[in-house]
Amino acid sequence: MEYVTPEGFRLDGRRPMEMRQLRAEIGVVSRADGSAVFEMGNTKVIAAVYGPREVKNRSEQLNDQALVRCEYSMANFSTGDRRRKHKGDRRSTEISLVIRQTMEACILTHLMPRSQIDIFVQVLQADGGTRSACINAATLALADAGIPMSDLVTSCSAGYLNNTPLLDLNYVEDSAGGPDVTVGILPKLDKVTLLQMDAKLPMNILENVMQLATEGCKAVANYIREVLLNNTKQLEFRRGV
Amino acid sequence: MLQSKSFVRKTKQGKVVKVVREHYLRDDIYCGATFCKVCDVSGARLTPDASNIIVVDTNVVLHQIDLLENPAIDYVVVLSVVLDEVKNKNISVYNRLRAICSNSLRKFFVFSNEYHKDTYVKALAGETPNDRNDRAIRVAAQWYQNHLGSSSCVLLITNDRENKRKAIDEGISAETVESYVKSLGKPELLDLVVQPQSGDVNMEEVEDLRPSKRKVIYIEHKPMSEITSGLLRGILHQGKLRVNRYNPFEAYVGSESIGDEIVIYGRSNMNRAFDGDIVAVEILPREQWQEEKSLAIAEEEDEEEDVHLAPSSADDAPRVIDAKQGSEGNTVPARPSGRVVGVIKRNWHSYCGSLDPMPMPAGNAGVAHALFVSKDRRIPKIRIQTRQLGNLLDKRIIVSVDSWDCVSRYPSGHYVRTIGEIGDKETETEVVLIENDIDARPFTSQVLACLPPLPWSVSSEDLANPIRQDLRHLRVFSVDPPGCKDIDDALHCTALPNGNFEVGVHIADVTNFVYPGTPLDDEASQRGTSVYLVDRRIDMLPKPLTEDICSLRNEVERLAFSVIWEMTPEADIISTRFTKSVIKSSAALSYVEAQARMDDSRLMDPVTADLRNMNTLAKIMRHRRIDRGALTLASAEVKFQIDTETHDPLDIGMYQIREANQMVEEFMLAANISVGEQILKHFPLCSLLRRHPSPTKEMLEPLLRTAAAIGIDLDVTSSKTLADSLDQAVGDDPYFNKLIRILTTRCMTQAVYFCSGDLTPPEFHHYGLAAALYTHFTSPIRRYADVIVHRLLAASLGINKLPDIFQDGTRLTSIADNLNYRHRNAQMASRASVELHTLIYFKKRPTDTEARIVKIRSNGFIVFVPKYGIEGPVYLTTRADKGGEWIVDEHQQKVKKTDGSVSYSVLQTVKIHMEVVEPQPNRPKLQLTVI
Ligand SMILES: [Zn+2]
Repeated sequence: MEYVTPEGFRLDGRRPMEMRQLRAEIGVVSRADGSAVFEMGNTKVIAAVYGPREVKNRSEQLNDQALVRCEYSMANFSTGDRRRKHKGDRRSTEISLVIRQTMEACILTHLMPRSQIDIFVQVLQADGGTRSACINAATLALADAGIPMSDLVTSCSAGYLNNTPLLDLNYVEDSAGGPDVTVGILPKLDKVTLLQMDAKLPMNILENVMQLATEGCKAVANYIREVLLNNTKQLEFRRGV
Repeated sequence: MLQSKSFVRKTKQGKVVKVVREHYLRDDIYCGATFCKVCDVSGARLTPDASNIIVVDTNVVLHQIDLLENPAIDYVVVLSVVLDEVKNKNISVYNRLRAICSNSLRKFFVFSNEYHKDTYVKALAGETPNDRNDRAIRVAAQWYQNHLGSSSCVLLITNDRENKRKAIDEGISAETVESYVKSLGKPELLDLVVQPQSGDVNMEEVEDLRPSKRKVIYIEHKPMSEITSGLLRGILHQGKLRVNRYNPFEAYVGSESIGDEIVIYGRSNMNRAFDGDIVAVEILPREQWQEEKSLAIAEEEDEEEDVHLAPSSADDAPRVIDAKQGSEGNTVPARPSGRVVGVIKRNWHSYCGSLDPMPMPAGNAGVAHALFVSKDRRIPKIRIQTRQLGNLLDKRIIVSVDSWDCVSRYPSGHYVRTIGEIGDKETETEVVLIENDIDARPFTSQVLACLPPLPWSVSSEDLANPIRQDLRHLRVFSVDPPGCKDIDDALHCTALPNGNFEVGVHIADVTNFVYPGTPLDDEASQRGTSVYLVDRRIDMLPKPLTEDICSLRNEVERLAFSVIWEMTPEADIISTRFTKSVIKSSAALSYVEAQARMDDSRLMDPVTADLRNMNTLAKIMRHRRIDRGALTLASAEVKFQIDTETHDPLDIGMYQIREANQMVEEFMLAANISVGEQILKHFPLCSLLRRHPSPTKEMLEPLLRTAAAIGIDLDVTSSKTLADSLDQAVGDDPYFNKLIRILTTRCMTQAVYFCSGDLTPPEFHHYGLAAALYTHFTSPIRRYADVIVHRLLAASLGINKLPDIFQDGTRLTSIADNLNYRHRNAQMASRASVELHTLIYFKKRPTDTEARIVKIRSNGFIVFVPKYGIEGPVYLTTRADKGGEWIVDEHQQKVKKTDGSVSYSVLQTVKIHMEVVEPQPNRPKLQLTVI
């Protein structure tokens, strides 16, 4: 199968180094302390954050830092076949854990001892790169909730098909069976907090693909900053400052 | 980075689920004209000197690809919508179109209209995909005209009337292929244009010319829906049609659904299917199975058999038609016969051959209909139209097939190109190469760039490399045919203090220079093997590697991959080790030299002593192998002496096999087996091995019949019993035994490569060598299989990592298939080359010689000429009065005159006269007559 034409176009008309269109909206769930919808092309994810609040289950309470919990799920209508998605399956448990660990790394948990932060992420529409979209949505929701963080976390994936590194795989490219590298970074600190791949790739190529994914993360970070800035400006405007 | 454009969503309706795909439209796609003022011109192909810029539609590409490949057609814009459609409909045309587009000498430009914001069209409600694509093509053509303005004229080429009309309505210039080609003023190009299908004006003219052809000759093919349901219900059977190479009126379809081969007799049952087509077959009623056979024979005799090189295996030999079984009438036919009812996938490509000789027609505006005869006998004659008949009659040409409808006896096609004059050695050699799909082009610069710089020599790093053992102190030598430049094997034999021998086989370390995944490796993998023709060699690897860097020449240090055994004087292997090494050969001997040294009892030098020791060991090993049941088969290989100036053959004769050949062969076999065991132990699922299937009863049937006729009983229950009975088959003359062995050999199929993961261990068996497993390790310079095996062996020793490709079972299987295909083609090509030179040789030298009868026919017999390794028919009667005064005794394999004065029986020696005749102008052939 040809995923990149000799003219350098991917199936959806992008060039190998291009990302899908990004779109984000803050404050979509009014009851939550912070919330956001994040879209990468046709992948659409909603995140809601509650907290910091009192720990519900006293036995889990941590005395020196906040407890971060994360629940990931996929809406039944998120894929073409509209199957009922089980909540506690292996895949969603794994992704919940990945998101929790990634977010925990940037939340300043020691500032909020004996409290709990809940992150709920749901995939509304899946078209590849859901993992990255979830992390990006969670970052925005956390920022919206005003939770102190050392930096934003942004994520993007990249793959390798037809001997070409490709940024931000969509579903068709993702199901080609090639390697899919998901990277999460702290853009300001320039640190990698997440790196996942479930295939084999020669070392030198992995470096290129990872580099590309990191570039993608930086682009996402720029976009997220812009969104946050606009949001802040609106808040200022509403308050009449 | 983030460059998303305004975009629309394209919705495709799948079976049940709705699939939503993003489709980004862009403004950074350029027109490809070098003279464009607004676009980026870095990748531009279209120069301003064109009178027209051509936009072609999908059907033009699909049907007129030969025309597009002609350099006279240029300044073509290929739209991505066209590319996509072509790719879905015919992948081979797609690949050819892609090849033109990437050729820097051609001015073809790919315009990704589907991603351009101004040329993307959305399907309208109720519009079929075809109409939508036609509209997209028109929109793109219009865009080009507007974009380039008056500086050039954009012309849409389409044979679709409706599309052309709409285009003109929309203000786009449009023309049909034919009228465009006519406007170019090059009449020879018109031959390349495929004639439109029936129903069009042009075709009617043809039909009028030949009213007799109007009747339906073939049964209409069933529609696809009926075929699909028939296959599902098990009424029809699907499989690939393979036409008998020596009898084009007989074909086989290997069907999985009935687990047997279905035989198809006669052209009408083949119903327009070509060799290699995937067809749907219907089984004929049982009572028709016999009847069809006798019919096939009658038909067969219309076509005359040619003198050809004696077959060396069952794959080369004609399948026997069991006429005898039919006449006796009491045996149940073994295989079902059937009839093709539909073609699921065509295997049409272009064919090499010449036109049937015919007189020049008068008038008719220079357009003539001619019949093309392919060199490949499996292909039926093809009707073509040409305007240059006089020019083509004495040429070898290439012709493509376009269509075959049920009212015409022959398929119709079109002329593609001329190779050269018939009978010219260069032309005929090119025909051989094209026919066998052999790539004889020089290596590309990318491939050559992978070679190490010359002059190359063993470096100090090589010597210091811990994986490489320094064996330069060993007395290594090589034994090869005289004048061999690509020496890939060398040997050594050292007597050990304990009375044993250390014997080493050293093979050129090709994989040290050919890395996986490089252009060099890809090219070698594609070529698969070197091809040896009589007067030239087509290398698998570039010359600097084969003749210098890898060649284990004498007195130079070379890198090798060594197999070293410790053997007792009884040739029992005590230990085996494998290592990469550095060697320095002390002598490069020819077989003749090695033999002479061993025979000359006065010589006592160390190399000669080694040779004698090795020969003693080899004899024991050989003896043991034969005891195990290995067959000593024989083939009739011939050797030419070529004039160094004219490259014409001066002399031919049988290739003589000496003890020295057998000695080298024995150690190569042993090395291959040792390596096979080693790689299979480490990589049970992805080793490349070679197997030789046991022959079936059916395959040995003609041999048994011949043997029975002369009173010899062959026991074919196992290779061991066969070998024994072959040993006992001694006739009154010395050549008799060899003849029987030659006849046995040609009943066997050839050994094949396979991937160990695809079969179970019992199937690994190599019948001819009586070995449980076997592989190829000893000739990496000229066989790619050996390169793969070298990599496997190196990985098993921990020297290299196993390349990724070995983890992919299907890729590995397809590599093995390709190797078998290339191997087979290489053999066919060398045989064809020998046949060609035989013909040239006998042209000037009519000869009388002895021949042996190998098969009895109703009107004569087939003889084998041992001296020249050829085989051909001798006719006792002219074809006009069949049979007549001769009677055939099938049982005793005899043909005798009615009055009993003369009789010929199988294996009898006859004196024959060989002469080249030209029954038709420019069609020389070798004729055998009895004297
Ligand atoms: Zn332009």
